[in-house]
Amino acid sequence: MTAMVKSEGVHKSFGQVEVLKGIDLEVNTGEVFCLIGPSGSGKSTFLRCINHLEKINAGRLYVDGYLVGYRQKGDKLYELKDSEVALKRRDIGMVFQRFNLFPHMTAVENVMEAPIQVKGVKKADARDRAMELLERVGLGDKAKNYPSQLSGGQQQRVAIARALAMDPKLMLFDEPTSALDPELVGDVLDVMRDLAESGMTMVVVTHEMGFAREVGDSLVFMDGGVVVESGNPRDVLTDPQHERTKSFLSKVL
Amino acid sequence: MTDKLDKSPSDTPPPGDSVSAGAASGPAPETIKAIPVRHYGRWISGVIVVALLVALGIAFSQGNIQWHTVSDQLFVSSVVQGAGRTLLISILAMIVGVVLGILLAVMRLSKNPVTSTVAWLYIWFFRGTPVYVQLLLWFNLALIFPVLNLGPIYKNNMTDVMTPFMCALLGLGLNEAAYMAEICRAGLLAVDEGQTEAAQALGMSHTKTLFRIVIPQAMRVIVPPTGNEFINMLKTSSLVYAVTYNELLRSTSAIGSTSYAVMEMLFVASIWYLAMTSVFSVFQYYLERYYARGSSRSLPPTVFQKIKANLIGLGSERGKG
Repeated sequence: MTAMVKSEGVHKSFGQVEVLKGIDLEVNTGEVFCLIGPSGSGKSTFLRCINHLEKINAGRLYVDGYLVGYRQKGDKLYELKDSEVALKRRDIGMVFQRFNLFPHMTAVENVMEAPIQVKGVKKADARDRAMELLERVGLGDKAKNYPSQLSGGQQQRVAIARALAMDPKLMLFDEPTSALDPELVGDVLDVMRDLAESGMTMVVVTHEMGFAREVGDSLVFMDGGVVVESGNPRDVLTDPQHERTKSFLSKVL
Repeated sequence: MTDKLDKSPSDTPPPGDSVSAGAASGPAPETIKAIPVRHYGRWISGVIVVALLVALGIAFSQGNIQWHTVSDQLFVSSVVQGAGRTLLISILAMIVGVVLGILLAVMRLSKNPVTSTVAWLYIWFFRGTPVYVQLLLWFNLALIFPVLNLGPIYKNNMTDVMTPFMCALLGLGLNEAAYMAEICRAGLLAVDEGQTEAAQALGMSHTKTLFRIVIPQAMRVIVPPTGNEFINMLKTSSLVYAVTYNELLRSTSAIGSTSYAVMEMLFVASIWYLAMTSVFSVFQYYLERYYARGSSRSLPPTVFQKIKANLIGLGSERGKG
């Protein structure tokens, strides 16, 4: 197995506040990698670093063997141009906590937008593919609805379809169910479960321990900007080794 | 527990129905009949306002005004043409202002320090000097640059280029652009940052993100104040009088100064300005109403709904009093 994401001593600061204090981890191709931890632990920030929405201050971050945001020539690092960063992002799908669907477009237009604008796919082809993806997330009948006419769970499933439309190699999920009513969480997790079964590489920041235990292949517990504990989700969740992990899990489980 | 379960099917309908049935069959709640608060202040202020209006009316009827001149001159062809030019220059200047304004707003928010500084300087100058002074600057440009020479592209005498129309268009349009830039900037900033992030996470370029995602959403914030700016422009356009462009104020004043009906012709101009701004205010109102969809829960009433509500309100007030 090869590493889809490889992080070596990644540091990130916002002004004086150091959010990531040296993250070392590897996400293998095809695995579901769960990041858990208290809020403010840096897990969402790390996720955003993977597709260069945040610039890292130190360390190296590789996606699919390529350095994120930079090009290395000899000892020197060169910043990538915006267009080069955009090119890399095509292969990385991202799902946000607050969905971030485009409110002025219907569900199907949301899904069609990037393939047409970024890849130059023909409109008719993009629409067929978008309908296929909406069917896959169980929303074929909602294609013509605007985001404001959809429930949170439906919006998040459209957002997943939108990310999948770019045929990504890697999917990033930033607390995808945290903004949802408890009733609606299940539908979104079902879609994610299907996606995991299809062999997609997924990095999931989540508070859904049940999902992590059931679907996750690896799990990392982060706190205060460092990795406290990592391993198989079932092992970590049932038999945590560190005090900090134990106290966190005792509160959330 | 078991008691209840046994009872409910036998002697009463299911709980959901029983509640509504009970409410319907029981005695209706007594409607509150209280003596309303008396608004004496409204009546007193109303009387004062009417008295003042009557006094004003009497004053004007006794003033040395030839009212027939006002009605005679209202639709004279040169006045109508003047009003047409006012409308034309306002619309054209507004188009220049909006297009340049969006461009400046984008430049201002750009990461490139050169473009953002250029935009800042532009806004600083054109917002910092009076539009009247700017109009005179364009008008008198020939004093310092007798010939406009753009190298191989274009060459002509400045006086031929800077016609009154061009002075008016540049003066009003470029000034408006500075104000529109600030309105557009506020609109662009009002779009949630998550939208840009989502677009960029999908691999969209900055330009595509701007035109496909950010600007369409910013329009909701930009359009209503733009209508307001246009109504303002209709009135500000009277300043181009100074650069000899023959708009409404200039065409009416020309008649006024030759016929000694100065005030009468100013009334004519005022009536035209009021008519034009009133028409566009109505447009503006419906435009704002249209763009309020989705953002506010209940739409503001239309003009007719408002008048109707006021009449009903007054009627019921009288009934109580």
